[in-house]
Amino acid sequence: MREKQIDKLKDYKYGFTTDIENIRAPKGLNKEVIEFISKAKKEPKWMLDWRMKAFERLKNLKEPNWQKPKYPKIDYQDIYYYSAPKSTSEKPKNIDELDPKLLETYKKLGIPLQEQQRLNGIAVDAVFDSVSVATTFKDKLNEVGVIFCSISEAIQKHPELVKKYIGSVIPLTDHYFATLNSAVFTDGSFVYIPPGVRCPMELSTYFRINASQTGQFERTLIIADKGSYVSYLEGCTAPMRDENQLHAANVELIALDDAEIKYSTVQNWYPGDEDGKGGIYNFVTKRGLCKGINSKISWTQVETGSAITWKYPSCILQGDNSIGEFYSIAITNNHQKADTGTKMIHLGKNTKSKIISKGISAGFSDMTYRGLVDISSKAKNSTNYTQCDSLLMGNKCGAHTVPYIKNKNPESNIAHEATTSKISEEQLHYCQQRGLNPEEAVGLIVNGFCKEVLQQLPMEFAVEAQKLVGISLEGSVG
Amino acid sequence: MLKIKNLKADIDSKSILNNFNLEIKPGEVHAIMGPNGSGKSTLSNILSGKKGYKVSGEVLFENKNLFELETEERAHKGIFLAFQYPLEIPGVNTNIFLKTSLNAIRKANGEKELDAIEFLKLVKLKAKNLKFDEEKLNRQLNVGFSGGEKKKNEILQMSILNPKLSILDETDSGLDIDALKTVAAGVNSLRKNDNSFLIITHYQRLLDYIKPDYVHVLMNGKIIKSGGPELALELENKGYENFN
Repeated sequence: MREKQIDKLKDYKYGFTTDIENIRAPKGLNKEVIEFISKAKKEPKWMLDWRMKAFERLKNLKEPNWQKPKYPKIDYQDIYYYSAPKSTSEKPKNIDELDPKLLETYKKLGIPLQEQQRLNGIAVDAVFDSVSVATTFKDKLNEVGVIFCSISEAIQKHPELVKKYIGSVIPLTDHYFATLNSAVFTDGSFVYIPPGVRCPMELSTYFRINASQTGQFERTLIIADKGSYVSYLEGCTAPMRDENQLHAANVELIALDDAEIKYSTVQNWYPGDEDGKGGIYNFVTKRGLCKGINSKISWTQVETGSAITWKYPSCILQGDNSIGEFYSIAITNNHQKADTGTKMIHLGKNTKSKIISKGISAGFSDMTYRGLVDISSKAKNSTNYTQCDSLLMGNKCGAHTVPYIKNKNPESNIAHEATTSKISEEQLHYCQQRGLNPEEAVGLIVNGFCKEVLQQLPMEFAVEAQKLVGISLEGSVG
Repeated sequence: MLKIKNLKADIDSKSILNNFNLEIKPGEVHAIMGPNGSGKSTLSNILSGKKGYKVSGEVLFENKNLFELETEERAHKGIFLAFQYPLEIPGVNTNIFLKTSLNAIRKANGEKELDAIEFLKLVKLKAKNLKFDEEKLNRQLNVGFSGGEKKKNEILQMSILNPKLSILDETDSGLDIDALKTVAAGVNSLRKNDNSFLIITHYQRLLDYIKPDYVHVLMNGKIIKSGGPELALELENKGYENFN
């Protein structure tokens, strides 16, 4: 039978760089650099003090090393912690004043920022390297009292909210990468939904690392006040470079009484080349606090990019009757590695959590689901349901499931289901006999495998995510 | 339409088909009957392009060397296999699978792809003709389908794709008499001057409803006798063992 040549790997579509003049802080991690960042952002003193506290604390912390994917030692003095397009040093008054090169970059990424081409019904905050360059639909959101802006702007304009909530879910002293972020975070998004308001549109942040040898340390803070609702989506891409770049973000969510936050991520950082050279280290801390009664936080993630993905979007179910959900698709191909999952900490009574994790590994990659379900003695009548499914393609990849289950309450209930399967030759043959080529067949089968999670994504992104799932696995059959 | 000359097929150095010859002309219905292990399923696997066999000889489909075509390219050219054991694909909606399949084939032939509305109209009509429960089309492909439903689903796909050569691999096994009649009616409605069928079966009973033009007896990897429909009756009376 004739051997068909299948392109080993489709070029990473977002791998271009934008040639743009930058302002950078000097390389390295020290007090001066932190002062530089704080000054560049025109921050008040309390913010700088907070950063310094984190920096002091960092000196006594060590990087965690219990994760499955190991990586070469990171030289923290060899990273630029702040890089901003020169043209944004004087913040443009409106989007049309933005550097055309930046507009072009986002257009190429499929994120039009200009007035006439804006995505229908989605407000976007665009973060380029270390700064937020534009936020769309601000006026419309203002009308209902929703605050959606960069965290830098929020620190200046809404200090009382930032002061109250920053570090309230991820403490300053949490762990190495979270504390590093607290010291050097550059930009990110801030959202506040006032009591009783249902946010009239999807909010979205689009992160882009452009400059080389630069780390991205963004910080996102979302507060849903009593009885409010918001759906938020983040997307990420980076150019192809043969170096590894560090992305250590912190995301904190706070849901008060009867509030709901739905947080979706489509992570497509550059994964490195076929041989595992280059790519992003995606070491992110995401945590949501269901502070109020009847509150709900739902994480949905589609993780297809990065050389190493290491993250556990978590929920602390403090309020009685609160609900935490985690829906995840993680795909690793070639030499990518992922160690991801969630933590559901049940503190309040009648709290519920649900975990649906779909891991797909292909090529030489390695995937670990790691998750904690912890039901405290006070969390009476609480339940967790966990379902972890792994799909393997080929025989050179790995899939591991590491659940940690702690139930200190006899009236509470935990259920865990796990499956591991392979795409069978027979399934592929069946699809091909119906006219699909091998890659289309794999795309179809894998999308079927991920369906429960894809359904959780906002409509506008579900289609894109579906395509991404197919593209990420290109070259993995044949 | 299909010309098979001196086909030899081995799997794991075990000979399955040997010196196999067959010619099917447009509009003809051929039945291949044979006992277990005679090579029936190997034949359908090889014609559809399943990997894992060592083959030699010649198979021409519309004068094209079939061995130079990938599985999906054979499907694009109009070869359809109704599987003996249709596969389950969890999470994939049956309608979506059907539409993806139809459009992949249309696209490969330079035809316009059908949109959702055009497709649903087509599938509704075909499902009705086959007495196929429409509600099942919104379920995951073959998941939780009974044996009979799976087989009917194959015939439904066949009627939507409208292939030039349909290979039915033991489609009758596991069907009750009503389902058998429906399936046969479905096949008969597709019979045209330029459509051909290769029906692989153990039993004569399907041939009561689908009248073949030719019947071939397959034993030990080759056709030992060919004839008209009466051959199937003779086989039914004598049994395979006494047939030689």
